[in-house]
Amino acid sequence: MRNKILDMTTLDKNLIKSLDAYIDSIEGDKKEHLIHVLHKAQELFGYLPQNLQLYVARALDLSSARVNGVVTFYSFFNEKPVGKYTISVCMGTACFVKGADKVLDRVIEVTGANKNEMSEDGLFTIKDVRCIGACGLAPVMTINDKVYGKVKPNDVDEIIRHYRSREDESK
Amino acid sequence: MRVSSVNDLLLWKDKCPKKIDYKINVLVCNGTSCMSSDSEMIIKMMEKELDNHHLDFEIRVIKTGCFGFCGQGPIIKIEPDDVTYVQVKVEDVQEIVESHLMNQTVVSRLLYQEPNQEDSVHQSSGMKFYQKQMRIALRNCGEIDPEDIEQYIVNDGYMAIAKVLENNTPEEVIQIIKKSALRGRGGGGFPTGLKWELTRKVKSDEKYIICNADEGDPGAFMDRSILEGDPHSILEAMMIAGYAIGAENGLIYIRAEYGVATNRLRKAIKDAKNVGLLGKNILGSDFNFDIEIKLGAGAFVCGEETALIRSMEGFRGEPDKKPPFPSEQGFRDKPSSVNNVETFANIPAIILNGPEWFSEIGTKHSKGTKVFALAGQIRNNGLVEVPMGTTFKEIIYEIGGGHPEGKEIKAIQIGGPSGGVITKEYFDTQIDYDSLLSMGAMMGSGGMIIMDEDSDMVQIAKFYLDFTQDESCGKCTPCRIGTKRMYEILERLVNMEGSPEDLEKLRVLGENIKNTSLCGLGQTAPNPVLSTMKYFREEYEAYAYRTKKTKYSIDPKLCVGCTKCARNCPVECIEGNVREVHYIDETKCIACGACYEACPVNAVLKP
Repeated sequence: MRNKILDMTTLDKNLIKSLDAYIDSIEGDKKEHLIHVLHKAQELFGYLPQNLQLYVARALDLSSARVNGVVTFYSFFNEKPVGKYTISVCMGTACFVKGADKVLDRVIEVTGANKNEMSEDGLFTIKDVRCIGACGLAPVMTINDKVYGKVKPNDVDEIIRHYRSREDESK
Repeated sequence: MRVSSVNDLLLWKDKCPKKIDYKINVLVCNGTSCMSSDSEMIIKMMEKELDNHHLDFEIRVIKTGCFGFCGQGPIIKIEPDDVTYVQVKVEDVQEIVESHLMNQTVVSRLLYQEPNQEDSVHQSSGMKFYQKQMRIALRNCGEIDPEDIEQYIVNDGYMAIAKVLENNTPEEVIQIIKKSALRGRGGGGFPTGLKWELTRKVKSDEKYIICNADEGDPGAFMDRSILEGDPHSILEAMMIAGYAIGAENGLIYIRAEYGVATNRLRKAIKDAKNVGLLGKNILGSDFNFDIEIKLGAGAFVCGEETALIRSMEGFRGEPDKKPPFPSEQGFRDKPSSVNNVETFANIPAIILNGPEWFSEIGTKHSKGTKVFALAGQIRNNGLVEVPMGTTFKEIIYEIGGGHPEGKEIKAIQIGGPSGGVITKEYFDTQIDYDSLLSMGAMMGSGGMIIMDEDSDMVQIAKFYLDFTQDESCGKCTPCRIGTKRMYEILERLVNMEGSPEDLEKLRVLGENIKNTSLCGLGQTAPNPVLSTMKYFREEYEAYAYRTKKTKYSIDPKLCVGCTKCARNCPVECIEGNVREVHYIDETKCIACGACYEACPVNAVLKP
């Protein structure tokens, strides 16, 4: 394989097995389920590197351009690795008028990672996201599935510290 | 349990446990908003406490969907006592059990306190938040456990589909919906009955009913609350629609971000299939219907029906031109009717209560109710459902409780990135589809963002345009490039680098984008800018003529020289001695607002 990025042999065999099983379980036209397959692949691998996209394309008998086109169209799919914890700061209107931008700034400052990037320690990925529909709690930030409501910029330090110390303990 | 006739359903309904079978029902909100403030822990604690006191036979805990009173969550309602507790914490559970449930003594400190009133509210029905509301689409939200099909059945669940299968032809169902004058709640307001009729008339071997649950407007969360709080009502409505247009397949396209809603829908579909309410020969008739979930992946444009269909087929969610309409060529090129979640939620109620009942509610051309999501600078954040024709004033001041700090409310943004602003001169207007259009706004999905005197309308418009230009799929030029250029002009303006000519450019560009874009996203993207420019021209001019103040300052007449502002300033740009007037160095000020928050005598002036 001349192009290392597209080398499918480096993909984890066990995860590929689970992905294959999922694809096999789809009834009817498998191509139509491309987005569901990509959801599954991202759930298994954490993100969608190009060799994985190529694998999905081959498995569904689609062109890799078509798969890459879909991956890059939807904001839910990541082509780059993501940290263990994804910090999403809601930038919906309600959150925005209640100062979500200041919360985001503070998150960037405390974690040292930029928007849509992973922090050096591999712990955090920072995202500004569209309205998550918890406007009653604005401004809102989520870390993986945990929702933090009515967040003030000053609360950010404490929240991040909590996750860092949890990591230290598990080491 | 297998339901193979209407009689089976009625027998089952009789056997299902009802609220009156229990001495007390404890309803705990388990919507996303309350879950984030530990309502799940509260439920666990409550069940444990009841178990400890051996009360679990006479007192039932119900994990409900959203009560709508999200700003005050987590919420617990005690029935039949009609008492609502707000902002309940895990530590409060023991007291509620021992005081209220065991000794009938209400825990007063957890009751809701109306603004400007001394007494807290003892009866839930007495809360102003609920008094003007009329819940049709939200009828089961906060009433039943959405994950328990039996609780839906007890509340007349699946009775509407039973009624039409027994008594009506598909054509008659369409006539009923047409007579009710229900219009689509997703934004455009297209008559639902007509949409069904058009889809029915096209001849095809296969047809599809599609539920649009790709709720993407920032600030709107009614669809999510309905799906989380009452998923079976959507399934039932889709069955009715399927029967009416002659479709055997239903698809729900839902945002990947809505995890809780997706899981509850999955469970509801599974439960309905297990008892035979979905599948072949429903209730012993020759009607077959099945429902499948399709996940979105984060693209706002997929709320547009043709883009949604492309996405369901596994493509980039780019819209197609219309005609052909989805009613002729939709999913897999087959006739499809795409309806919004809230629209569907109304259907079973219309079938059971009759179209006349529904069309008596509302205004001349907008019937029934509408759910609005209240957010922004308002005391009672949350979901409210009111009859069409309710005024903004009633919603903001009576239901919403006004501004949290009593400031003046300057405008309401309605309809999200497609909508516009309503200024206070129009707060007496009765809200319906047509009145909003005539004011340059639109119903959209019903997000209402309340803005006070401190809100900068140019920044708000820029915020929405940032959203739409980012979400533009790029297929058509006016939307892809036009919104980008508009955004750049706005950026120039707020950076004080613009000129008065920019205002005219913005307007012309906006009009052109509206007239020439392919889909609804582009056709409405300039609305927030155009409508704020119309009503708040002076704010735009302040930027265009570069007279806008961007830094904080101190009113020398009010300053008492307490030094609080100087001590709180992060960049140390405030100078002044104790008990003397302080000054802000505007060249250093970063406009963070720390001094404004700190000042005890309101001497700091906002830019």
